[in-house]
Amino acid sequence: MSSTTNTPLLEMREITKSFPGVRALDGVSFDLHGGELHALVGENGAGKSTLMKVLAGVYPFGTYGGDVVIDGQVRQFQSVRDSENAGVAVIFQELSLIKELTIGENIFLGREPRRFGVIKWEELYSRAQKLLDELNLSLDPRTPVGHLGIGQQQLVEIAKALSQEARILVLDEPTAALTESEVETLFRIIEGLRARGVGMIYISHKLDEVFRVSRRITVLRDGRTVGTRPAEELNEARVISLMVGREVGDIFPEAEHERGDVVFEARNVTVEDPNVSGKLLVKGVGFKVRRGEVLGIAGLMGAGRSELLMGIFGAWPGRVSGEVYVEGKRIKVSRPSDAIKQGVGFVTEDRKRFGLVLDQTILNNMTLAGLRKLSGRFVTDVDAEAAAGERAKKELRVKANSVFTVVGTLSGGNQQKVVLAKWLLTNPRVLFLDEPTRGIDVGAKQEIYAQINRLAREGLAIVLVSSELPEVLGLSDRVLVLHEGRVTGEFKREEATPEAVMACATGHTQRAA
Amino acid sequence: MSERANQPATNRPPVTADVAPPGAVPEGVEAPSGRFRLPTDSLRAYTMIIALLAIWLFFQWKTISPLYPYGIFLHPNNFSNLLQQMAVTGVLAVGMLLVIVAGQIDLSVGSVVGLAGGVAAMAQGYGLVPSLGLALVVGLVVGAVQGGLISYGNIPAFIVTLGGMLAWRGVVLGLTKGATIPVQLPVFRTLGVGKLTEGFGVAVGALAIAAVVFLTLSRNRARRRHGLTVPSLGATVLRIAVPAALIALFIYWMILGGGMPVPVLVLLAVAVLGGFLTQNTTFGRYLYAIGGNPDAARLSGINIRRYLLAAFCVLGLLVGVASLLHTGRVGSASPDAGTYMELDAIAACVIGGTSLMGGRGTVSGAVVGALIMASLDNGMSLLNVENYMQYIVKGVVLVAAVGFDMLGRRKS
Repeated sequence: MSSTTNTPLLEMREITKSFPGVRALDGVSFDLHGGELHALVGENGAGKSTLMKVLAGVYPFGTYGGDVVIDGQVRQFQSVRDSENAGVAVIFQELSLIKELTIGENIFLGREPRRFGVIKWEELYSRAQKLLDELNLSLDPRTPVGHLGIGQQQLVEIAKALSQEARILVLDEPTAALTESEVETLFRIIEGLRARGVGMIYISHKLDEVFRVSRRITVLRDGRTVGTRPAEELNEARVISLMVGREVGDIFPEAEHERGDVVFEARNVTVEDPNVSGKLLVKGVGFKVRRGEVLGIAGLMGAGRSELLMGIFGAWPGRVSGEVYVEGKRIKVSRPSDAIKQGVGFVTEDRKRFGLVLDQTILNNMTLAGLRKLSGRFVTDVDAEAAAGERAKKELRVKANSVFTVVGTLSGGNQQKVVLAKWLLTNPRVLFLDEPTRGIDVGAKQEIYAQINRLAREGLAIVLVSSELPEVLGLSDRVLVLHEGRVTGEFKREEATPEAVMACATGHTQRAA
Repeated sequence: MSERANQPATNRPPVTADVAPPGAVPEGVEAPSGRFRLPTDSLRAYTMIIALLAIWLFFQWKTISPLYPYGIFLHPNNFSNLLQQMAVTGVLAVGMLLVIVAGQIDLSVGSVVGLAGGVAAMAQGYGLVPSLGLALVVGLVVGAVQGGLISYGNIPAFIVTLGGMLAWRGVVLGLTKGATIPVQLPVFRTLGVGKLTEGFGVAVGALAIAAVVFLTLSRNRARRRHGLTVPSLGATVLRIAVPAALIALFIYWMILGGGMPVPVLVLLAVAVLGGFLTQNTTFGRYLYAIGGNPDAARLSGINIRRYLLAAFCVLGLLVGVASLLHTGRVGSASPDAGTYMELDAIAACVIGGTSLMGGRGTVSGAVVGALIMASLDNGMSLLNVENYMQYIVKGVVLVAAVGFDMLGRRKS
């Protein structure tokens, strides 16, 4: 198995992909040889996943620019099935296994060995067993996948990829859910696959792992390739600076907020995974926010940022412990309404899923959380609501014909403003913002930034979670960095350089300042 | 919700007067520039009314005979009869709507109608109030038990109420030992078949018109106070005159038919209350939010369990009311009373534009849905359409109504 042939196994040339209002990929080139492990790193939103979705045929040929070349031949994948047939297998972060089916059924889903449409179960399970043996996994292929831990499920995904005779294997954050011993198993398997000539693309935020397994590293930033280098020419610090090396720019109005007393404090918050008992997603995190202060919480995907806020807000399905104080008084929060009563507002991430009732009007969405205050305990006062809604619409500059427009018809930016208005209408003392600008265009982003600054000036305490580092750095008076559920750093505005924050986010604890 | 409430008073005589006035408001804000845009929901309401009128005209035309040169269908006698026939389904549909809007379902309704009616008939010996009261209590308790299992026990509504459908039917059979119990109390019977005297009917109509005037004017005052646009004098007059005229016509028509039937009055009252509950209370608003997006509702601080339980309780109470109307009308409580009524109620909601996924639907729509179904029943019987054909037609109408709805939604 030679891994040094001249034609690469895979070449992606000048890939460009746009979404409404966003250019996610802008002329990205990438190549991969057989038997090579090529790491792809970058901040959240740098375009890694988009690039892999182009490769996997999730975005069909014609919806992107540039060429996907495998074995020197330009491919035009119409679907995931096409890319699988060409030997591409992607193991996404969210596993695509069906929990109710057995390991064997999952491995051969849609490709079951059969005769006249009748599944040949014996053959299916014996082939599945052989695959598991090859991976040195002592598992019975008749076990339902739901009985396995996340780590083992990931390995089953790899077995599934092997059954498709994948020659190009994409691993997206494969170790995120694994225990240390499972990571070792995975790395052994990766070694074995490399020896068999499989080319692998390894996406990870964990730079130590990246350096351990990969031969070459490509850094993406803002949808462009910053560079592709052999791993031995780089070190972690260098990679971090390539990942963040961008001007923070002056889209963030420089705002020095007047800070007052501590309004909100959380102590020793611990949040457990609802599906895996004993697995802690947030481990003893605490923070304080003052009147008029913006506290940024930075961290990479899976660091536990949203889980922390959800836990404090009483909205987390799993176990949560810790203490919460509002204006020095300890409060008990067992459901969101408790938090809301105490003046905590929460602009949740993913507005379509968690924030809005899309079928309903702007007004009904705006008044949902504060309905009883705005409108009366039982009988509603539509006019009082409409008046409040009109004011909020004007204040936040929601662009719509009227407050009776259905929310689902608005642009992302305007939808986000409606969610913001919903929480402002509850008269909060502290406002959590989780990814408040995800998926909205640049103009709307700036408007949201301006609103955040205005609210802080008016004395609101704000906790801002964002995956976009410049956003956190540009808006926050103070930045807290999480890594795997723990605080690894805390910076004042002037100390918070992208490099220092990113270093903490990738697991280094803060250097003594 | 404005669109929902908006289906103006221009619509069907029997049910409108109540629901429209409280809701007819926010229009002023909607089209301040004078450019009138029909929101999709109210467009849907208009199509429904047009379909209803088309059905009526069709049957009117087909029932023309030498004896009735203008047709029988809309003749006061027949029309009043038709409304009586729909009262039970209408009351059930209003209750069902609350539950469906919240994303749930109740399949036990028919069996509970049988149970509550049977209990009421058996309790006649204790007097009128205990007898009628027991029917309501039975409905409420069943609603509370099933709602509790659904919301606090996390068992899907479909399962709980499917079990209820079987179990409650068994309870009726056991209690009555399979016997049919005649209704003996005159007032009980009146609930099903009684008619208001002319004077009473006129009084009800006058009261309804007074309510329309009062609500419209107080609405205008409130809007001025909040600095919102107030409808012009002309618009205000129109907003009072149109519903008032329809109410007057309706009452007149009922009197011609021998007086307003009591069950129809009950249905109107239930519809007004249901309309108020859905459009003008936090409870109603939360049900729409829960059905539309439970995650968003929960994160907005809404106690989903409590409101689901409440919705099933209200439905249960209305099932009790419906059982009285039905038993009174039939004149006896038989152990198989109410069979398939849950399906009629669900069908009425769906024809009326309610989404079984939750979050969409109106009380007025559900009542019109019930009216459409009753019109088909009544009209086809007048035409001596054979029984098997009636089933087929109703089934096709149900599916077609939703099909058209989907078509329209996809376009918009």
